[in-house]
Amino acid sequence: MTRDEILGKVRQVLVDALAVDDDEVTPTASLVRDLGAESIDFLDIVFQLEQAFGFKIAKGELFPEGVGQNPQFVQEGKVTSEGIATLKQRLPHVDFADFEKDPKVGKVAELFTVDTLVNFVSMKLDK
Amino acid sequence: MRWMWIDRVVELVPKHKLVAVKNVSLAEDHLHQHFAADAARGLAALPVMPACLIIEGMAQTAGVLVGHAEGFAYNVVLAKINRAELTREATPGCTLRYTAVIERMDELGASVKGSVDLLDHARAHREGAGWEPVGTIELMFSHLDNSQGGAGRAGEDFPAHNFVFGEGFKTLLRSSGF
Repeated sequence: MTRDEILGKVRQVLVDALAVDDDEVTPTASLVRDLGAESIDFLDIVFQLEQAFGFKIAKGELFPEGVGQNPQFVQEGKVTSEGIATLKQRLPHVDFADFEKDPKVGKVAELFTVDTLVNFVSMKLDK
Repeated sequence: MRWMWIDRVVELVPKHKLVAVKNVSLAEDHLHQHFAADAARGLAALPVMPACLIIEGMAQTAGVLVGHAEGFAYNVVLAKINRAELTREATPGCTLRYTAVIERMDELGASVKGSVDLLDHARAHREGAGWEPVGTIELMFSHLDNSQGGAGRAGEDFPAHNFVFGEGFKTLLRSSGF
């Protein structure tokens, strides 16, 4: 499946899950900031991606789980270097370059863009 | 006391499907206000079951299904109405039938596809009409386990006991033969 074909299916998932127009779903659009995703929407997106692409997504495989509650990974509202290393290892589809300059824990959700989902699906299909 | 919007469970296939019925009755006070007669505009009373309460009926049907699937270990909270389409009004003397089917469930939550059918008893009596499909409702539920007491997002405090599945739903399942 080409990257454009993956983007087309991801776009349809996001149109359904977030009730947005398809022209809003650009590759760089942030799920939270630009498309208005809330916490329950992340679970909806996981379920819908599974249906659209026919694979299973384990807990914590696409979106981070349990990092914010771990004092080794978060101190004084910022993700520690150990936390960032763990996130990078668990979430290879995410680009952390900008986040590392100001790793506020509240900004973790903003790391997820449409492109992040396309990266994830592409890696998952290649396995 | 919980306001119950289903009268009886008629089918339960654990972890898959639950079917419940609701009889719409003129004895329900809210129907007299929805919609009350308006003399000033020359409008007669038009008692109609509010659509939001039909959605609540489906949420209760689906919620019991999802809660039952995990032995009522979690508080199952309605988190999102993905879609709700109803094509006709339910009036007193009709029976609504809610069919909820689990599409996907894991430890975080569940998505459920629901269909609503209606039996118009007047049409059934006069014309032999049967159940008529009148809508679809898709819902998402979040699981809150009891250990999340006091740890809710945005400062909400959740009680440590299961506050969703109280005596009302247990009585309903028992009286329905489950």
